[in-house]
Amino acid sequence: MSHHIVEFRDVCFSYPDNTPALDGISFRITHGESVGIVGANGAGKSTLLMHMNGYLLPSKGTVVIGDLELNKKTSRDVRKKIGLIFQNPDDQLFMPTVFDDVAFGPINLGLSEEKIRERVDEALRVVGCLPLKEKPPHHLSSGQKSAVAIASVIAMQPDILAMDEPASNLDPKSRRQLINLLKGFKHTKIIASHDLDLILEVCERCMVIKEGRIAADGFAEEILLNKVLLEENGLELPLSRQNIIYTRKGQDERVGKT
Amino acid sequence: MTFDKEYFNIGYLDRLSYGDTVIHRLDPRSKVIATMIFVITVISYGKYQVIPLIPFLLFPVLLMTLSDTPVMLIVKKMLVVSPFAVFIGVFNPVFDNRAVALSDTVYISAGWLSFLSILIKFALTISAALLLIATTSFPGVCNALRRLGVPSLFTSQLLFLYRYIFVLMEEAMRIVRAKDLKSFGSRGTGVKVFAGLIGVLFIRTIERASRIYNAMLSRGFDGKMKTMKKSRLGVADAAFLAAVLLMVYLFRAYDIAGFLGGIIKY
Ligand SMILES: Nc1ncnc2c1ncn2[C@@H]1O[C@H](COP(=O)(O)OP(=O)(O)O)[C@@H](O)[C@H]1O
Ligand SMILES: [Mg+2]
Repeated sequence: MSHHIVEFRDVCFSYPDNTPALDGISFRITHGESVGIVGANGAGKSTLLMHMNGYLLPSKGTVVIGDLELNKKTSRDVRKKIGLIFQNPDDQLFMPTVFDDVAFGPINLGLSEEKIRERVDEALRVVGCLPLKEKPPHHLSSGQKSAVAIASVIAMQPDILAMDEPASNLDPKSRRQLINLLKGFKHTKIIASHDLDLILEVCERCMVIKEGRIAADGFAEEILLNKVLLEENGLELPLSRQNIIYTRKGQDERVGKT
Repeated sequence: MTFDKEYFNIGYLDRLSYGDTVIHRLDPRSKVIATMIFVITVISYGKYQVIPLIPFLLFPVLLMTLSDTPVMLIVKKMLVVSPFAVFIGVFNPVFDNRAVALSDTVYISAGWLSFLSILIKFALTISAALLLIATTSFPGVCNALRRLGVPSLFTSQLLFLYRYIFVLMEEAMRIVRAKDLKSFGSRGTGVKVFAGLIGVLFIRTIERASRIYNAMLSRGFDGKMKTMKKSRLGVADAAFLAAVLLMVYLFRAYDIAGFLGGIIKY
């Protein structure tokens, strides 16, 4: 299906204070792919994601989502196709109760009340948060907040899911649940994170961003195990692939995988 | 350490609204209307009236009993805000010291009467408002207001305020803590530093607002807050409203306290 693609063509962007954040980004993501975007802090991952729903518009180049070229006019339609989940779930959950929050998108889509309730229940069931329906967000743990934030986006049934640092603020158990959840999605997935283990588990493809440019693009298994490439870009091997030997004195000595 | 837990624990009050009693099941609108009628009636009493207000305690007591709300919780919350009422009335006894006859032999200064009147009105209205939230939840109250015709711009503002007050307070606390860590002892407590902190909080708030707006846009927001209709007014609501109206009318129109006092005397 050609209408689930995300394509960036030579996209450049500078913030109003002249910080060049994206500097000629080009890639094409097709239907059903799961793509990790990795890079050091400040590499431009968040900026890149904010170009996917027209919150930021490129100063040069074009963004194509599905069969629509993104601009001010098409942004409303593009937003129905792509579900964007931001870093801080507190910003994502702005309604007074979990139900209202998850229902916000479907209500804006103009669905009937019955359909809205159906979608909310289904989305909450998928992320395992149905019992939290009537709660206000400030009574949720951070793991629950993240899960509900995801539910609030999947309730709109987007073709594409894009997430910024989905696992930051999560304890190991919630993180594990999130990974299993993400693995279960059949959507096209785009995940920006510096949690390389998560990317390694969830994504087949991986792009490395450095100073607003794509430094590498290929199979996640290859890129994320390439120690030299990662270190050049301010990253480290995923923890699960680092052999950590603990000596008796309690100091640790790291032996990279060869 | 979160603001919500450390300070007022407003969240707990809200959690009580998950309960399922006769009062909880009433339509939020009928509870809002009943509370407004109650509050307006209480406020309508004169500056020196104390005794006629006493019967009105029945309303919060009944609500508390019927809704299984812990008495201590409401009392504690009232104590938190009580300094305001005390401040308003505390100088009345000083400035207004005319003597008023309570009976043939007992006199009291008018200032004390009006101070007492303020305290009782305060206790009645605040407990009614707290009980409204404890049985309806704050969002429920906002939605009810909106369905009663309050402009949605206003009710959405209230909802956002409620949603982000905790987040903002925590942010403020983080900033203050960071400042405390970086300034030792007395240094760094001047007005200038304080102004700087406010500035940081302001910028963070703007940034947050823009992220929230972005999240809203991502979910199809087009400038209008839409809602789904929920809950209908039923027989229980009619009965509840009728009972409240009757009670308030009886208390207002007849001297219930005097009547009861008469019974006790003889
Ligand atoms: N609102 C902003 N105004 C100015 N510069 C910004 C803003 N947001 C991010 N930047 C800058 O843009 C660059 C990319 O940032 P960002 O996309 O947030 O990186 P990442 O998400 O990969 O950590 C950084 O140099 C950052 O300082
Ligand atoms: Mg980022």
